[in-house]
Amino acid sequence: MTPVEPLDTTTAELLERFRDGKIPGLARAISVVEGERSGFQSLLHTVMAGGPQAKRVGVTGPPGAGKSSLVAAAATSYRERDERVGVVAVDPTSPYSGGALLGDRIRMNDIAMDPGIFIRSMATRGSLGGLATTTKEVVDLMDGFGFPRVLIETVGVGQTELEITAAADTVVVVLVPESGDAIQAMKAGLMEIADIFVVNKADRPGSARLVKELRQALHLRAGSALKDIPAHHGVDLGQAMKKERTTDAPATEPEGWSVPVLTTNALTNDGVDKLLRTIDEHRSWLEESGQLEVRRRDRAEGRIRDVVNRELMRIAWRRDEVVDLLREGVEEIAGGEETPYSVARRIVEVLLR
Amino acid sequence: MSDERKIRILVAKPGLDGHDRGAKVIASAFRDAGFEVIYTGLHQTPEMIVNAAVQEDVDVVAMSVLSGAHMTLFPRVKELLDESGADHVLLTGGGIIPEDDVAALEERGIGRLFGPGTPTTAAIEYVREWFAAQNTA
Ligand SMILES: Nc1nc2c(ncn2[C@@H]2O[C@H](COP(=O)(O)OP(=O)(O)OP(=O)(O)O)[C@@H](O)[C@H]2O)c(=O)[nH]1
Ligand SMILES: [Mg+2]
Repeated sequence: MTPVEPLDTTTAELLERFRDGKIPGLARAISVVEGERSGFQSLLHTVMAGGPQAKRVGVTGPPGAGKSSLVAAAATSYRERDERVGVVAVDPTSPYSGGALLGDRIRMNDIAMDPGIFIRSMATRGSLGGLATTTKEVVDLMDGFGFPRVLIETVGVGQTELEITAAADTVVVVLVPESGDAIQAMKAGLMEIADIFVVNKADRPGSARLVKELRQALHLRAGSALKDIPAHHGVDLGQAMKKERTTDAPATEPEGWSVPVLTTNALTNDGVDKLLRTIDEHRSWLEESGQLEVRRRDRAEGRIRDVVNRELMRIAWRRDEVVDLLREGVEEIAGGEETPYSVARRIVEVLLR
Repeated sequence: MSDERKIRILVAKPGLDGHDRGAKVIASAFRDAGFEVIYTGLHQTPEMIVNAAVQEDVDVVAMSVLSGAHMTLFPRVKELLDESGADHVLLTGGGIIPEDDVAALEERGIGRLFGPGTPTTAAIEYVREWFAAQNTA
């Protein structure tokens, strides 16, 4: 394997503690990776050498939907099966102060003391995809540390935070009646990323309606809503919708996975066992259909691009020559002599020289 | 690496009393000061506090103790931190704590403790200065 950079002594010592299964070693390794402190690349390189092993489950959905509560409930059940669980929970960094209030652990107090559970909170630090820039790497660390199951909770998402697909094998989208109707889920792109839908807070009014709407929307997406309507009738939407209302079977995805819509009550654990069984079924499907391999390859490609991009940026802006050109360029633009494009061109030429 | 390192701080509320207003106020103040604050809610035992501090690899633990049990809680958390190899973590906090007790606790390796009237800026400054000193030493 191509080496990355020589291991400095601090990183080597850290790796030793990590490999000995010491929790503080894992905790510090995460800080090193999160802060991109020196040695982080060789650390990841070493830890990832065995390839991905853990089953990675992402939990996403709007603020307050019950993601943390469900993660806690799921982790409890995994522990009953004697599976050790790593949890990464992401909350937003305040764009004003750069600080963050990380509160996901509040819902996880019942499981926090279990030595088979490791929980780490992360702030987004300016990243916009619903995860922190290095959440995927932190999941790799937990995997490499030996957690067979890693649960990833995203920030409360709005409409564009779909990074979770790059970190998880199975994506669970949690909605609640209060978070809006199925149209909003469609607009947000959640239909595309969900492997499993969960309508949480099933104890609240409106959940049955949301379940029905989601099933309809999934059928529409799978293209099955109109398929039984004879073509010579044209497409009678009224009839299509009527037909739709009678269909309760899960819609089938093109690749052969039917996205189920489940209901849970994270406070009473109702529906949580079913959710876990469904996550297992999705796992089997991933493995048998070859999709797991496809997803892992996609992730590997994405990661290589990320690392190259970040490294190139670092190399570029670290060079005094480039920073000088930038400063001069700003003046020249102010004087009307250049545009950002001509300055950028000059900088790129210097970098490629 | 151009970014300065974020200060990670656990705001902890031990004990059985059901009031965490003070803890929430200080947690938000730390957040607004640019710290990454981990808040774990009410009723934390010393074991829970230290477990979270270790997993989250925090620089600082700030405890809010209003129950009068400061003379047992602070030393206990300090002891557990040391046992867990987290003796580099600053243990500070606040509450209704008499001057003599503050001094006695400081002697046992616990950081400065702040009384109820103290402006949050004092605690923020203290943490910043401690952190800067750690990272230049
Ligand atoms: N009634 C009811 N309340 C629930 C349920 N699940 C969670 N809650 C409550 O909903 C609130 C938010 O739950 P969290 O688990 O913190 O939600 P979250 O999605 O993690 O929230 P963020 O991380 O802030 O986006 C808490 O007060 C929970 O107790 C449920 O099934 N039924
Ligand atoms: Mg949460």
